[in-house]
Amino acid sequence: MAEKVSFWQRLIKGLTKTRDNFIKSMDYIFNGFTNIDEDFYEELEEVLIMGDIGVRTTETILDDLRDAVKKEHIKEPSECKAFLINEIKEQMALGEAAFDFEKKTSVVLVIGVNGVGKTTTIGKLAGKLKANGKKVMVAGADTFRAAASDQLKEWADRAGVDFVGGPEGSDPAAVVYDAVHAAKARGVDVLLVDTAGRLHNKKNLMNELSKINNTISKEFPEAYRETLIVLDGTTGQNALVQAKEFSEVTDISGIVLTKLDGTAKGGIAIAIQSELKLPVKYIGVGETIDDLEKFNADEFVDALFYVG
Amino acid sequence: MAFDSLSEKLQGVFKNLRSKGRLSEADVKAALKEVKMALLEADVNFKVVKQFTNTVTERAIGSDVMNGLNPGQMVIKIVNEELVNLMGSDVKDITFGTGGAITTIMMVGLQGAGKTTTTAKLAGKVKQRGKKPLLVACDIYRPAAIEQLQINGKKQEVEVFSLGDKEKPVKIAKAAMDYAKKNGFDVVIFDTAGRLHIDEDMMDELASIKNSVDILNTILVVDAMTGQDAVNVSSTFDEKIGIDGVIITKLDGDTRGGAALSIKAVTGKPILYAGMGEKLSDLEQFHPDRMASRILGMGDVLSLIEKAEAEIDKDAALQLSKKVKKASFDFNDYLTSMEQMKKLGGLTSILGMMPGINASQMAQIEGAVDDKKLAHTEAIILSMTPAERENPKLLNPSRKHRIAAGAGLDIAEVNRFIKQFEQSKKMMKQMPNMMGKGRRGMRFPF
Ligand SMILES: Nc1nc2c(ncn2[C@@H]2O[C@H](COP(=O)(O)OP(=O)(O)OP(=O)(O)O)[C@@H](O)[C@H]2O)c(=O)[nH]1
Ligand SMILES: Nc1nc2c(ncn2[C@@H]2O[C@H](COP(=O)(O)OP(=O)(O)OP(=O)(O)O)[C@@H](O)[C@H]2O)c(=O)[nH]1
Ligand SMILES: [Mg+2]
Ligand SMILES: [Mg+2]
Repeated sequence: MAEKVSFWQRLIKGLTKTRDNFIKSMDYIFNGFTNIDEDFYEELEEVLIMGDIGVRTTETILDDLRDAVKKEHIKEPSECKAFLINEIKEQMALGEAAFDFEKKTSVVLVIGVNGVGKTTTIGKLAGKLKANGKKVMVAGADTFRAAASDQLKEWADRAGVDFVGGPEGSDPAAVVYDAVHAAKARGVDVLLVDTAGRLHNKKNLMNELSKINNTISKEFPEAYRETLIVLDGTTGQNALVQAKEFSEVTDISGIVLTKLDGTAKGGIAIAIQSELKLPVKYIGVGETIDDLEKFNADEFVDALFYVG
Repeated sequence: MAFDSLSEKLQGVFKNLRSKGRLSEADVKAALKEVKMALLEADVNFKVVKQFTNTVTERAIGSDVMNGLNPGQMVIKIVNEELVNLMGSDVKDITFGTGGAITTIMMVGLQGAGKTTTTAKLAGKVKQRGKKPLLVACDIYRPAAIEQLQINGKKQEVEVFSLGDKEKPVKIAKAAMDYAKKNGFDVVIFDTAGRLHIDEDMMDELASIKNSVDILNTILVVDAMTGQDAVNVSSTFDEKIGIDGVIITKLDGDTRGGAALSIKAVTGKPILYAGMGEKLSDLEQFHPDRMASRILGMGDVLSLIEKAEAEIDKDAALQLSKKVKKASFDFNDYLTSMEQMKKLGGLTSILGMMPGINASQMAQIEGAVDDKKLAHTEAIILSMTPAERENPKLLNPSRKHRIAAGAGLDIAEVNRFIKQFEQSKKMMKQMPNMMGKGRRGMRFPF
């Protein structure tokens, strides 16, 4: 098989329609302006906010840009582009250890609000790890939503990995308990735990999550822990609140940003990175098992600002 | 929290605004800058915000600043009114088939928005109205989508029609309609797969369902947390499929839900229901005006404005009750108080606030100003000459006949109203005393 072209490359080459409008508008800004004036900043503000980056982060970015323009005597809009790309790239870059869990005996807890793509992401991740020769198990700790475990089971079959679950209405922490012991007994490398969608402002559901978290810590202290929060790329400013509130309950180690195959820009991830220092590790770009990619800051920003 | 600091900022800006009497351009601009920020933080689309703030600027500059409000608050008052304007204030519902036609509802939207859950919730709602709904599983793609609908259908005790995941949705939809006709179902709700608005094949699928089945309601289901893209999504669904209404889900979260405003602004389609939780009973009628204040997110400022408005009403009420005491209460005052009543949410809510009124008095007063009769009453008073309005004693039989003709009403109705007016007036004379003992001490003329 030829080397798989990444989503971002496809994007930039215009193989998907996703960001056409965005790319056009950025093109217009950097090429259409001859001076760095107030109109230029205003247009830039519009494009950034339309990308869901948020008012405050946009302000910060533009303030930094204004400073740089002054200090470094930037005269050309195109130089502004280079500056912005660098700044965001630096901020979004992943550390060395970002994907360590893939190589260790680990438990990956997947959390997030309703319908963002947790179960699907687990299916994709299971497929990926399995393809890398790992022994994988998925645990269906969503015992609440109708047919949640049927859905996860189907994904487990697609990925060809083990599935452990419990009946609808049963205690999710009990499912996790069973899964952890099964994983240990079977010598599983990575245990992926699917949880029910929950809104962060529901106290009892957040407590339930704590309990699941504690069960893992207690029953499998030697495992490497990874907690991924799944955020819908279409979500606006509330994603920041979600990341904040879920962080209160568990130590989040990374973000999966889904549904970027739509026209939403997922810019809120930049705000989250800047305020909470939580890195995006994967992006979801479709509904098939192959539609999960490791996050690449360079490509993300390149696509955002379109440097072909 | 992000919102707190915004609100603080807003208060800071307000302190520095100085228009007296009328709103100056500078003050309007300064306050609107903060409003713009608040709306953007609430995820209202940038372009929608821009247009909206332009409208408000035009209306606000030169407006009178209401008593008890500072200029900033006055701007917010106008902003809120315009928001309510844009969102609409009517509660809307799905369209039911007439003349024995089956009510068809197709649920469409992005992945994970809440279509399947809402399908089952809606089934419960129509069942409560004595209808017999059939749910149709047209999502043949998502793993366990059919099972999900079946489980939810069972919980609602509603039948689910499925041909499995091997048949095309169009075929399933057609077969479901035949099945519904044969088996006496009068509402059919189609659950479709989540899809991206830019996925042409999947959008064509919906269009062809609509071509082969007469769909009365195409309902776009949207996640309340959606960001700037809500505009692209809703306008594309509307252009390509044609939507009739919107259901907004997950409003039980803490999102401000600006997407609702964006969608209303770009499609003009009404939002019918709000998803308020995962339980199948968590579906509520959507109240656009309440949504407006949630999006603006300035509850504290809004309640301040309400208080100021109540103050003004209280002033007017006080004036009236003074008149009542002096027995100089006339038909003009009656008109004024009717206006107030409309504003304050009708008669019964006001009476509820008043201590010391018994049931028979309540019935009498209600007879006089029954909310339904308000229009007639108004017509009667407006048919009086200014002199008659000021002096009820002038009303002799021939004048009453003239008034009845003018108002287009029966003479008996005019007589009844005037009699009731005199009765209420008598009662009102006693009321200030009764009310003086009350704890809440609100003084209304009725
Ligand atoms: N287009 C697209 N759709 C996705 C992506 N990820 C998930 N989905 C779809 O989003 C919908 C919801 O996905 P789920 O995996 O069920 O989401 P969840 O977070 O597990 O949902 P709950 O368990 O109900 O909270 C499904 O229709 C998925 O196919 C993605 O990256 N792109
Ligand atoms: N808190 C809350 N959750 C909701 C609401 N409506 C739906 N959900 C949840 O959102 C998730 C997705 O709901 P679904 O009904 O599966 O969404 P869908 O649009 O059918 O998803 P696809 O078929 O995959 O496109 C589930 O976890 C639901 O329980 C709501 O009003 N409030
Ligand atoms: Mg799930
Ligand atoms: Mg569904």
